[in-house]
Amino acid sequence: MFRILDKKLLAPRVFRFEIEAPDIACKAQAGQFVIIRLDEHGERVPLTISDALVEKGSIVLFVQAVGKTSLQMSQLKVGDFILDVVGPLGTPSEKGPFGTVALLGGGFGIAAIYPIARDLFRAGDKTISILGARSKDFLLLKTEMESVSTEVRRVTEDGSCGAKGFVTDELERLIQSGEPIDRVVAIGPPAMMKAVADLTRPYGIKTVVSMNPIMIDGTGMCGACRVTVGGEMKFACVDGPEFDAHQVDFDGLLNRLKTYVPEEREVRDKWMREHSEPCRWESSFASSSRLNR
Amino acid sequence: MSQEKKNKKAGKTPRIHARDLTPKEREGNFKEVALGYTPAMAQLEALRCIQCKKPKCVLGCPVRVGIPEFIKLVAEGKFLEAAQKIKETNVFPGITGRVCPQEDQCEKHCVIGIKGEPLAIGQLERFVADYARETNETLPLPVSPSTGKKVAIIGSGPAGLTVAGDLAKRGHEAVLFEALHQPGGVLFYGIPQFRLPKEIVDAEIDYLKRLGVEIKVNYVIGKIKSLDELMEEDGFDAVFIGTGAGLPYFLGIPGENLNGVYSANEFLTRVNLMHAWEFPNFDTPLHHHKTIAVIGGGNTALDAARTALRLPGTKRVQLVYRRSRDEMPARREEIRHAEEEGVDFHFLASPIEIKGNNGWVTDLVCSKMELGQADSDGRKRPRAIEGSEYALSVDAVVIALGSGVNPLIAKTAADLKTDTKGHIEIADSDINQTFKPGVFAGGDIVTGAATVISAMGAGKKAAEGIHNYLMCRDSQV
Ligand SMILES: Cc1cc2nc3c(=O)[nH]c(=O)nc-3n(C[C@H](O)[C@H](O)[C@H](O)COP(=O)(O)OP(=O)(O)OC[C@H]3O[C@@H](n4cnc5c(N)ncnc54)[C@H](O)[C@@H]3O)c2cc1C
Ligand SMILES: Cc1cc2nc3c(=O)[nH]c(=O)nc-3n(C[C@H](O)[C@H](O)[C@H](O)COP(=O)(O)OP(=O)(O)OC[C@H]3O[C@@H](n4cnc5c(N)ncnc54)[C@H](O)[C@@H]3O)c2cc1C
Ligand code: SF4
Ligand code: SF4
Ligand code: FES
Repeated sequence: MFRILDKKLLAPRVFRFEIEAPDIACKAQAGQFVIIRLDEHGERVPLTISDALVEKGSIVLFVQAVGKTSLQMSQLKVGDFILDVVGPLGTPSEKGPFGTVALLGGGFGIAAIYPIARDLFRAGDKTISILGARSKDFLLLKTEMESVSTEVRRVTEDGSCGAKGFVTDELERLIQSGEPIDRVVAIGPPAMMKAVADLTRPYGIKTVVSMNPIMIDGTGMCGACRVTVGGEMKFACVDGPEFDAHQVDFDGLLNRLKTYVPEEREVRDKWMREHSEPCRWESSFASSSRLNR
Repeated sequence: MSQEKKNKKAGKTPRIHARDLTPKEREGNFKEVALGYTPAMAQLEALRCIQCKKPKCVLGCPVRVGIPEFIKLVAEGKFLEAAQKIKETNVFPGITGRVCPQEDQCEKHCVIGIKGEPLAIGQLERFVADYARETNETLPLPVSPSTGKKVAIIGSGPAGLTVAGDLAKRGHEAVLFEALHQPGGVLFYGIPQFRLPKEIVDAEIDYLKRLGVEIKVNYVIGKIKSLDELMEEDGFDAVFIGTGAGLPYFLGIPGENLNGVYSANEFLTRVNLMHAWEFPNFDTPLHHHKTIAVIGGGNTALDAARTALRLPGTKRVQLVYRRSRDEMPARREEIRHAEEEGVDFHFLASPIEIKGNNGWVTDLVCSKMELGQADSDGRKRPRAIEGSEYALSVDAVVIALGSGVNPLIAKTAADLKTDTKGHIEIADSDINQTFKPGVFAGGDIVTGAATVISAMGAGKKAAEGIHNYLMCRDSQV
């Protein structure tokens, strides 16, 4: 049992959780994740470890309420327990220093970019963080990202903060400006990561992305998380989740993510029927559905 | 009548067969298929044993269960004593009685099997274990005083469970680390309920807890702790590695990433561990497929095929195996049950491509095979027949080609020797000690995918080795 020490609503339907897990906190490194299971009937769901507070013995997770598990989790309160938390899983991010690194966070991918930026910044890299979201409200971790970035650039799809457009537009401007970039790390929706890969490929800039396939065990036992990288089959839970963006088969990933869409909807709707205020849920879904993908 | 004559006669009566659920009774549920003996049936069957002076059956059993002795007790109606007798060598008879490939082990060597049917040793073993459990057998709790020694056991499959129990009984503090949220290893996530009801595994785990074994689930050793950290920082005096062979093999043919393609591990884990068959009351789904092809011929393939048949929406399950029925490595009983239940067997066929449409499986293209010369292990080697390709129209493919070992632990312990396939090498096979001091290993992680009883046998040896290691080290100080 893992106690929730703190919970905050950071943006519409995006929550920050601090969870007591001292052993995981000691070991967690940037790029790693945990798998949680809320209760006996729950699914095993991977979530990125955004920060580890070793002194408090806790880990920080960001959750976007999109489906049954994340909605249910968003209803938990400080002091409640999560049945299972296993980690840290996955191969940690490569450690710098690399020189100049552009870090692209899309939507709540920013939460996953933060620990990577932090480590590279501390290792002495020049970190240029390009953060993008649908609108101003969704640009998470403002002060945290500033504290670990040499420079922060913001973009929003509606222009409510920073330039109007996508993170790729901003990255292109950066590359065009002649800034020598040694590495790009991009985390966000698969479509965004794919666009980043397509952009940096002709420039030959090493680009790393984090894959988020469906997982079960997270230890290399089931093969559900397989992704194709450079024509080879890799298991994202142990070989990744970070891979060379220019080698990854994004279309394969996008296809596999569709496997359970009807079932995911079915359990989510069932849960919403059984738990108060369905109308409120429905409308919050409709308004932010574009962020999910 | 002399004892001799009575014995001869005993061997000639026909074997007592317990009832199986009829195929109809099995439909759409996960109830155990093979029903056990009643006490009367067990006694009758036990009387068939001629109590050989040099029992061949025992030599066929990897852990040398005292077969004639326990059978005699069954014949006398002393069922609890019989259970105790078995447990001297085999701590989980309720499990092995159900899942051992008896026809290749104890029963294969039973002398009355030469002329008639061998004694139903597995059934009897299962009977006494179930009897003991159902009558709330009071199992002895440890009498050994605490030694103050602490042992970390990694992996809670049959190997790890055996080690933990044996060490706890000897007064050592045993801490079991399991990566999943549920202990039991393959017994839990792999072998389905209709073959090994989960209550039986749970009962064994409960007993370990009563023995004082601490079970820490959600601990992936190699990630959260390395071996050295366990030994140097957490004060473990010895470590046992029983992490199994859980890494699924894929075919390496086109189309394996299509939706609807599963490893048998994923397919079975979704159902057994995550209860996908009870979706949406449990959150983990499994797509409802109509026609499913399962590739392979071992227990895993048959478990996947029979599981598939029981899922809602399934119309047809085809099992594709590259050799013929005789070469199938699965337990004979499972093959028979699968046939009764309506699994379609495609022998001498090997997949060469999975075709799809819109990202989902539509066909499995196979090539026909023929059997050539027997190879070094005595099995006939299959060859593809040129131009014989044909397609099975299916919407899911489950790949059950066996599995390799997970490198997670070996990766974090450079001084642990492994072979080219990643199996942990053993320095002293009498006690299952590895090349790393204080570290022992056993089960599938050492041998590659094998059997429950061999994993338990390895666990028993290792427990003995660990005990001696701990006690000797003390006397040397
Ligand atoms: C390594 C890894 C790290 C992850 N880290 C996080 C994290 O830190 N926070 C978090 O909220 N989620 C994270 N995810 C995604 C999360 O595990 C899934 O979204 C999970 O399925 C949510 O469960 P659910 O029951 O709420 O929604 P489901 O019912 O499983 O999913 C609802 C639908 O939304 C889609 N979806 C949801 N979230 C995402 C996303 N982030 N990217 C793409 N598609 C998505 C799913 O594909 C699905 O179709 C991570 C996934 C992986 C593999
Ligand atoms: C579907 C299926 C059916 C089978 N049917 C039969 C049968 O009928 N009869 C028979 O005799 N045999 C059968 N077998 C084989 C038998 O189950 C195995 O040989 C046996 O379980 C091996 O035992 P083990 O203790 O070595 O490992 P496992 O049972 O594989 O257990 C290993 C455990 O270690 C855990 N683990 C792995 N890595 C770590 C880590 N880094 N940290 C912590 N924990 C870890 C795993 O999660 C797992 O729980 C079957 C196997 C399968 C897959
Ligand atoms: S443990 Fe297995 S092989 Fe040994 S006697 Fe029992 S059923 Fe037979
Ligand atoms: S070989 Fe058969 S008959 Fe002889 S002791 Fe063993 S079980 Fe009994
Ligand atoms: S999640 Fe099972 S192998 Fe990666």
